[in-house]
Amino acid sequence: MRWLAVLLVLMAEPVSAVEPDEILQDPALEERARELSKELRCPVCRNESIDESSASIAKDIRVLLRERLVAGDTDEQAVQFLVDRYGEFVLFSPPAQGANLILYFAAPVLLVLSGATAAVYLRRRAKPSPAEPLSEAEKARVAELLKE
Amino acid sequence: MIVELGHFCLVLAFAIACVQMVVPLVGAARNWRGWMALGDPAATLQVLLLGYAFAALTWAFVTSDFSLRLVTLNSHTAKPMLYKVTGVWGNHEGSMLLWCLIIALYGAMVAWFGGNLPPRLRARVLAVQGSVGAASLAFLIFTSNPFLRLEVPPFNGRDLNPLLQDPGLAFHPPFLYLGYVGLSLTFSFAVAALIEGRVDAAWGRWVRPWTLLAWVCLTIGIALGSWWAYYELGWGGFWFWDPVENASFMPWLFAAALLHSAIVVEKREALKSWTILLAILAFGFSLIGAFIVRSGVLTSVHAFANDPERGLYLLIITGVFMGGALTLFAARAESLEAKGVFQPISREGALIANNVLLSVSAFVVFVGTIWPLVAEMVWDRKLSVGPPFFDAAFTPFMVALAAILPIGAALPWKRAVLKRSLGPFWGLLALSVALGSLIWAVQTGTSALAPVGAALASWVVLGAGADLWLRAGRGGLTQKLGRLSRLPRADWGKAVGHMGFGITVFGVSALTAWTHEDIRVAHIGDAWQVGRYEVTLNAVENVEGPNYLSTMARIRVVQGDRDLGTLTPEKRIYPVAGMPTTEAAIDNGVFRDVYVVIGDPQENGGWAVRTFIKPFANWIWAGCIVMSLGGLLSLTDRRFRVAAGARKAPKGVPAE
Repeated sequence: MRWLAVLLVLMAEPVSAVEPDEILQDPALEERARELSKELRCPVCRNESIDESSASIAKDIRVLLRERLVAGDTDEQAVQFLVDRYGEFVLFSPPAQGANLILYFAAPVLLVLSGATAAVYLRRRAKPSPAEPLSEAEKARVAELLKE
Repeated sequence: MIVELGHFCLVLAFAIACVQMVVPLVGAARNWRGWMALGDPAATLQVLLLGYAFAALTWAFVTSDFSLRLVTLNSHTAKPMLYKVTGVWGNHEGSMLLWCLIIALYGAMVAWFGGNLPPRLRARVLAVQGSVGAASLAFLIFTSNPFLRLEVPPFNGRDLNPLLQDPGLAFHPPFLYLGYVGLSLTFSFAVAALIEGRVDAAWGRWVRPWTLLAWVCLTIGIALGSWWAYYELGWGGFWFWDPVENASFMPWLFAAALLHSAIVVEKREALKSWTILLAILAFGFSLIGAFIVRSGVLTSVHAFANDPERGLYLLIITGVFMGGALTLFAARAESLEAKGVFQPISREGALIANNVLLSVSAFVVFVGTIWPLVAEMVWDRKLSVGPPFFDAAFTPFMVALAAILPIGAALPWKRAVLKRSLGPFWGLLALSVALGSLIWAVQTGTSALAPVGAALASWVVLGAGADLWLRAGRGGLTQKLGRLSRLPRADWGKAVGHMGFGITVFGVSALTAWTHEDIRVAHIGDAWQVGRYEVTLNAVENVEGPNYLSTMARIRVVQGDRDLGTLTPEKRIYPVAGMPTTEAAIDNGVFRDVYVVIGDPQENGGWAVRTFIKPFANWIWAGCIVMSLGGLLSLTDRRFRVAAGARKAPKGVPAE
C-alpha cells in the first residue's frame, strides 16, 4: 500500500530529490547537509524527508539548510533555525521533552513490563500444579467421549 | 445485465453472511445439528456469490463499461489489459470487494477442509467468520458500493493512477489481503474457542496452518510493496515507516508471534490465553490498519479515502470486534488453564522471549504510528514521527531476536541445560563474530550497522543449518543425510524460515550501510566513474508508450572490461491522469544493483542523472521469499495434511 503514501506527492512536481545544482562544493559540509536532510520532514509531503522529496518547498528548505551550514551554524543551530520557521512538524524525531517522553519511554517500559510478566509466568509454570479432581461437567464429557 | 447481476449477488451475499452469523451460533448453543450444519452451505454460497460479483466487476473493467462510476474513475480504454484487470482492486471500492471475497473464501475453506473439526467448533468458527464478512459487506454496500452507475456515461475514463500500473504493485494488494483476512480466520477460531471455553492441543493444530498461510501471504505482500518502492520511487529506499506501511507491518509482527506461541499450545498445552489474545490482536491490528489506510486520519494533507463516514464506520467495526473479543477474553481467559510444566530455560521459555520481543516491537511501531494523532488531539501539537525514531526504537528488538534465535530454536522442551545446548554453537558464534570483525576492519567509516548486521545474519543462518544438522543425529554421512531427508517438513520449514530472516537482516543492513550515490549534471556523451563502474550517457529520446509519453535515457554501464549493457531509465507522463512517474533502470546482480535514474533537463543543457550502487539489495527480498518458502514447507507437513484430510486418511497409518 505504499502507493497511497506517495501518490499525491508525485502528482504535483516532476520527480527529483536532491538536485545537482544544490550540492555544495565542500564535501564535508555536503555530507552534513545530507545527513541532516534525512531527519527533516518535507512539510507538504506524506512522510518524506526533504532529502527524498521533490516538492519545491523541500528544495527551498534544502537550500536554506545548506546556506546556514555554509554560514557556519552547527547542526543544532541549523535545525533550530528551520524549526523556528516551519515548526516542530519538520522534525522526524520529535524533541524528547514533555509529553514526547511517553513516546521515547514506550519501548523500554513496555519491554520491562512484559518481561516481568513473562518472568512471573515462567516461575509459576515451573511448579506443577496439583492435579484437581474432575468436575461433574468434565466427568460427563469423558463419558460422552468414551461412548463415541 | 452481467453487472446488475453482480450487484444483486453482492447484496444477496450480505444476506447470506447475516444468516451464517446467526444460525450456526444458535445451533451450537442449543445443540441443534441442523442449524449448526447450515454454516457449511452458507459459507460456500457466500463465496460463490461474491466470486460472481467480483467477476462481474472485473468484466466491467475489462470491457471498459464506463456506465459504472468506479470504472470511469479508474480505467481508460488505452490501458494495457493487465492493468485493466488489476485496476479492479486499485481503488477503495474494488479493494474492499476483494477483501470481502477473501473473507468468504477463508470461511468456505473451513467448510471444505474442516471435516475433522468438531461440528460445534466448526459451526462457531463459521458464525464468527460470517460476522466479520457481514460487517465488511455492510461497509462495502452502504458506504462504498462499487456497482454504482453514472447517469451519463463519459466516452472514456480517467485512467488508473499510473503508479499502480506496474507488475510489482499489481499483485501487492491481493497478497496483503490474503494475509490480513487470513488473520480473521484465526480470530474466528480464537473467539469460537472462547465461546466454547476450551483450548487444547488440537485447537493449536487447527489454528496453526491458517496462521501460517496468512503470515506467508502477508510476507509476500509486504515484500512486493517494498520491492516496488525500491525500483519505482526513484531513490532506492525500501522501507519508509510510513503509517500505511506500519499498518501492514504490525499484523505481520503479531502473526509471527502467534505462529510461535501456537506451537507451545499444540505441543505443550501452555500459553493458551496468551495465544488467544495474540490471535485477537493480530486481526485487531489488521482492522486498525484498514482504518488507518482508508480513513485518512494519519495522512495529514493527502488521503486515499478521506471520507469521515467511512472512517467512522471502520472505527466502529474495529471497536466492536476488538472490544467484543477482548471482553469475551476477559470473561473466559481464567478458564483456559495451562497444563504443561516447564523451566524458564527451555524451548517454551525461548518462545516466550520471542513473543515478548515481537509483540513489544509491534506495540512500539503502533505507538510511533499514532503518536502524531495523539499529540494533535491531546496537546494540539503538530509533530512527526519518522524513520529516525523507528530505526532507533525498533532495531534493538530485531537485534535481540536474531541474537537469541539459534539457541532458542535448539533448546529442548520442558527443561534445558544451557551449557549443553550451547555446546555445538560456540564455533558458529566465533565464526559470526569473526565475520563481523573482518567487515568492521575492511569497511571505510565507523558505522557498526553492517558488521553487526552481517554477524547476526551469519549467526542466524548458520544456526538454523546447525539445528537441522544436529537433528540428524549421530552416524555416518549417508545415515545423517537419510535422517535429514526424513525429518518432518515442519522442521525444514522452521530452518528455512529462520534462514530467510537472517538473509533479510543482512540485506537490510548491507544496503543501508553501503549504498553509494552519485548525483550530477551530464551532457550527452559524458562518461564518469561511480565506484568501480564507468557510466556513459549516450542519448535521451522521446518514446511513446500505450498510454504514456516517455523521456528515455540510454546509459551504458561498464565494469572494467565487462560491458553491463545499456540501461534505460525513463521519466513518464500519463496524460490522461496528468501524472509523471519515474522508472529507474536497474542492473540486478547478486552482490549489487546498479541503479540509474534520469532527472530533469538542466537550464544550461544536460540532464540530472543519479547513479546508485546498492550492495546486496536483492537479498532483502530474497530473504522474504526464503521466509515464505519456509512457511509453505511447514504448511505441507504431514500432521497438518493428516489433520486436514482426516476423513480420507486410512485409520491405521502404516509405518514408513
